[in-house]
Amino acid sequence: MGNKIKSVCFALALLIVVARPAFTAPDRQVRIDGSSTVYPITEAVAEEFQKAKRGGIRVTVGISGTGGGFKKFCRGETDIADASRPILQKEMDVCREQGIEYIELPVAYDGLAVIVNPKNTWLSSLTVADLKKMWEPASQGKVMKWNQVRPVWPDAPLKLFGPGADSGTFDYFTEAIVGKAKASRGDFTASEDDNVLVQGVAGDRNSLGYFGLAYYEENRGRLKLVPIVSPATGKEVIPSLQTVMDGTYNPLSRPLFIYVNKASLAKPEVKEFVGYYLNNVGKLAKQVKYVPLPASAYKLAQERFTGLKTGSMFGGEEKVGMKIEDLLKLEGTKK
Amino acid sequence: MDHIRKRKLKEKAIEALLLLCALLSVFITLSIVVILASESFGFFQEVSLAEFFTERQWTPLFADPKFGILPLVAGTLLTTGIALTVALPLGLLVAVYLSEFAPHQAREIIKPILELLAAVPTVVYGYFALLFLTPMLQQFIPDLSGFNALSPGIIMGIMIIPYVSSVSEDAMKAVPMHIREGSYAMGATKLQTAFRVIIPSAFSGIAAAFIIGISRAIGETMVVAIAAGGMPSLTANPLEPVQTLTAYIVQVCLGDAPHGTVAYKTIFAAGITLFCMTLGFNLLGYWLRKRIREVY
Repeated sequence: MGNKIKSVCFALALLIVVARPAFTAPDRQVRIDGSSTVYPITEAVAEEFQKAKRGGIRVTVGISGTGGGFKKFCRGETDIADASRPILQKEMDVCREQGIEYIELPVAYDGLAVIVNPKNTWLSSLTVADLKKMWEPASQGKVMKWNQVRPVWPDAPLKLFGPGADSGTFDYFTEAIVGKAKASRGDFTASEDDNVLVQGVAGDRNSLGYFGLAYYEENRGRLKLVPIVSPATGKEVIPSLQTVMDGTYNPLSRPLFIYVNKASLAKPEVKEFVGYYLNNVGKLAKQVKYVPLPASAYKLAQERFTGLKTGSMFGGEEKVGMKIEDLLKLEGTKK
Repeated sequence: MDHIRKRKLKEKAIEALLLLCALLSVFITLSIVVILASESFGFFQEVSLAEFFTERQWTPLFADPKFGILPLVAGTLLTTGIALTVALPLGLLVAVYLSEFAPHQAREIIKPILELLAAVPTVVYGYFALLFLTPMLQQFIPDLSGFNALSPGIIMGIMIIPYVSSVSEDAMKAVPMHIREGSYAMGATKLQTAFRVIIPSAFSGIAAAFIIGISRAIGETMVVAIAAGGMPSLTANPLEPVQTLTAYIVQVCLGDAPHGTVAYKTIFAAGITLFCMTLGFNLLGYWLRKRIREVY
């Protein structure tokens, strides 16, 4: 009897000693949430970082949408917010009320792609006016067929797919196309999860959707990309790495950001992660089909980070159709 | 004498404990109702009952919010209807086969397999409907949308068959043997006996099985959230995307509606609608069983 108890106690003690690392590991955690567009980039960086750290630091990345991410960020629930648009005035106010200071860091560029089903034979390009007609609030319940947008198109139901109201992509698209952020019709299939949108557009020949270019690149065979007529030049432009970089894909190119809670930087794991992020996002962004910023932009971002420069360069407003050079100038001047 | 008193005390204690457990479930149900009702009360102060029941669009999260519950109710009823069309006849037929016709070995094999159907996680069913059944159906019905009501409806039906067949079979097996024997003695075939004698005798049990099936179908969340789509629309067309009450609640909960806003309260409005629908069906079942029992 005594021997049995002894061996059980020994086994238990061994178990506790072995399991202790598992108990202590969750303390070192970096919590990130926000845009589903920025998610693939942040997730790629997080994976490489955790591999390099051999599991010593855990990084969790959520996809509540840019709006949802900021809500959590300004409540202090996350260390970093992914955002596909700059922080808005009312979000800045909430953060200020809660005493949260943030460092705004541009990390990559994105082209917002408009997608249709490969069986869609009637669409060769779209103008901003076409898109406005499809998506503005006044079309809710009224513009339900393709031929109501352009009479030459077929008399088929118009099935729309797009991100929901919590998404930065939604905010940017409505600002760029309809003219006012968040001004959109409500009767479409809304989802913050871009994979659901891919599935929806790929499954229905009368469908049209919009999301980050990277999600098109990952699903090339199932979707058809639509050239957008640039309001500046009147020419059709297909979104690609090239056209987003040189600014010809207009107005649906936009910078992507991460916002870092200044207080969280006191935690060494968060500081290490952000440093790693800025050093590696240039090459990782390209791997996940996003447009990396030029090296000078990353240098300026590093300076913002090391100098703990808080506040936003955009004054709480959306800026539509910003080219990479403009972003650099903005970064450069607001020292 | 002393140990008899101790025994009586023990019995009383165990009785009290069991009563507590029973009361606990009543208490939990009442709490759910109270929470749903109080939050919905807040909702109805901002949205009129008239708009809730007569408006034909449901777009509470957008710039021009509309709060008509009918599209979500239509979505729920459509998918439930399709599921029940599959599950109720098939479930009943399986029960008839298992209780009246099946040889012993067949029962031993079929019953566990049916239970397996019930054990598959609903999220797996959802992706099965989206990625396997929908493309297959699209080959026969070219107009079928990627997200539609037909595919999850069928899968839900298959999922519910075990519930319906198991309870129905128990009800039919409980019919006394002499009623069956009387029927055979009159010259009836097994099939005639099954449908004309056994099923009417077991009616209250079968009605209970049907009510279980209906409640399960109305309350099903994952399958419809994944495969039915995210666009509420007031339609009876199963080839179109729809959104059910349950899938809508998931959508808002996964997003980030700030506490206390109308968008947040829509969760409870949808919840109480769902609750009332299920309650209605349960009451109907209860009334039906009482009535049939009387006649019989």
